[in-house]
Amino acid sequence: MIRIEGLRKTYRARRREVVAVDGVDLRVRPGEIFGVLGRSGAGKSTLLRCVNLLERPDAGTVEVDGVELTGLGERRLREQRRRLGMVHQHFALLASRTAAGNVAYALEVAGVPRAERARRVAELLELVGLADRAGAYPAQLSGGQKQRVGIARALAADPKVLLSDEATSALDPETTRSVLDLLLDLNRRLGLTILLITHEMEVVKRICHSAAVMRDGRFVESGPVTELLARPESELARGLFPPSQAPVRDGEEVLDVLVSGEAADAPLLSALARELGIDVRLIDGGVETLATGRAGRLRLAVSGKRAEAADFLRARGAGVAA
Amino acid sequence: MTFGELTELLWEGLKETLWMVGVATLVTVVGGLLIGVLLVLTDRGGLLPARPVNALLGLIVNVGRSLPFIILLVAVIPFTRALVGTTIGTTAAIVPLAIGAIPFYARLVETALREVPADVVAAAVAMGSSRAQIVGKVLLREARSGLVAGLTVTVIALVGYSAMAGVVGGGGLGDLAIRYGYQRFETEVMIATVVVLVVLVQLVQMLGDVLVRRLSHR
Repeated sequence: MIRIEGLRKTYRARRREVVAVDGVDLRVRPGEIFGVLGRSGAGKSTLLRCVNLLERPDAGTVEVDGVELTGLGERRLREQRRRLGMVHQHFALLASRTAAGNVAYALEVAGVPRAERARRVAELLELVGLADRAGAYPAQLSGGQKQRVGIARALAADPKVLLSDEATSALDPETTRSVLDLLLDLNRRLGLTILLITHEMEVVKRICHSAAVMRDGRFVESGPVTELLARPESELARGLFPPSQAPVRDGEEVLDVLVSGEAADAPLLSALARELGIDVRLIDGGVETLATGRAGRLRLAVSGKRAEAADFLRARGAGVAA
Repeated sequence: MTFGELTELLWEGLKETLWMVGVATLVTVVGGLLIGVLLVLTDRGGLLPARPVNALLGLIVNVGRSLPFIILLVAVIPFTRALVGTTIGTTAAIVPLAIGAIPFYARLVETALREVPADVVAAAVAMGSSRAQIVGKVLLREARSGLVAGLTVTVIALVGYSAMAGVVGGGGLGDLAIRYGYQRFETEVMIATVVVLVVLVQLVQMLGDVLVRRLSHR
């Protein structure tokens, strides 16, 4: 649905050249929620703004739903932008318009006739659960409500793709969860493809099917979340499930194990003890339910045969740190 | 001077002031909005970047703002004659008043438009808005309370400028205060004029404040 190749973007800041995006390739499949995770300054915001060409990339191509945006003239680009919804960190609502008026703006731009607008506005506000606040101005809404208006507005022109620029970063944890649930719900009900950028692990955990970790303008890793989480060297795994430092007793050897997908639900520990005839103790860790399956990190202590145990676990799909 | 004569004089002066300031305000709104919008659009990183145009507009605005009004009043006389056919009288005074106020209001418009958050403009671009839609439905509309606040300041400045219109026979309250009150030592005329001016300015400010409050939804 989204295909980005060789994307590069540099800025001039105080006579210095800053490379914001340094050769990124990205593919988002239809109906997928793809999260780009990184710290501020990693270039993720620039990357996202290059997808609908709010920023012009210096090199590379951007293709959305089969249309290459980088080659379009201004008029065609405006038409294509209407098919790409965008949600903003600080909501970016028009302060002088009500919630309904903000949604109506997107419809006006899209050329929806006046008679149809009122009906669509009501539908969209209903969809995001804000039907009762239609007449409220943004200043009278809470952060979560504002972001719901932002989402309704982004969906006004029936886009197939939603771009989310840190949509939950300005919200408290509880509101974050409810907005993420809404995005997941829209993804399931409307088949909406979502490309989001975030610095919050929580977002990747709760809704992303695939993810990339971005640093210094580059993707350091990228792929389906369950696959990334099975790799001991994965930064995503380190971020979502930080390695434990819990102490070991004398005579024990430690195994740092990542389980993801099938491995997360298999009776690995009892099998390990039975097959190798060793004692296995869980020092720390656990398995959690993510958007696309279950995963977690376990810190195990074994009474011997550490190398065999590691091989045994690897053969069953777990990731074991050397 | 009798009370009747005094009120007659004040009423005439007030009418002339209102006419001069009123028409000049209308012209200033159109000119100031136009230049203010262009200043924002053509700036670096604006929606229609054009450095030379921006620099030229900025220069014109600055020159307009640095000329003392009394000099402007005389300097534009040839232009006034070409435009309204005469260089004396109330209507002739409107030309320099508008020319003096347009650069002033243009800067206030520019400032008000820059208050519209960049991400709101970016959101409008991302929705596929045209430039005309962004200017009309986003920039001007979102900034409207600031635009009205700036206009209030401009109208009051125009009331002040209009006092100098007497130089070209423009009349008005300020001229009345200078001719009767100052030059003929008729202090009561001067005081009465000043009171009317204070009330006028007060009313303009109150009206402006009410509008700003009603238009602001922050």
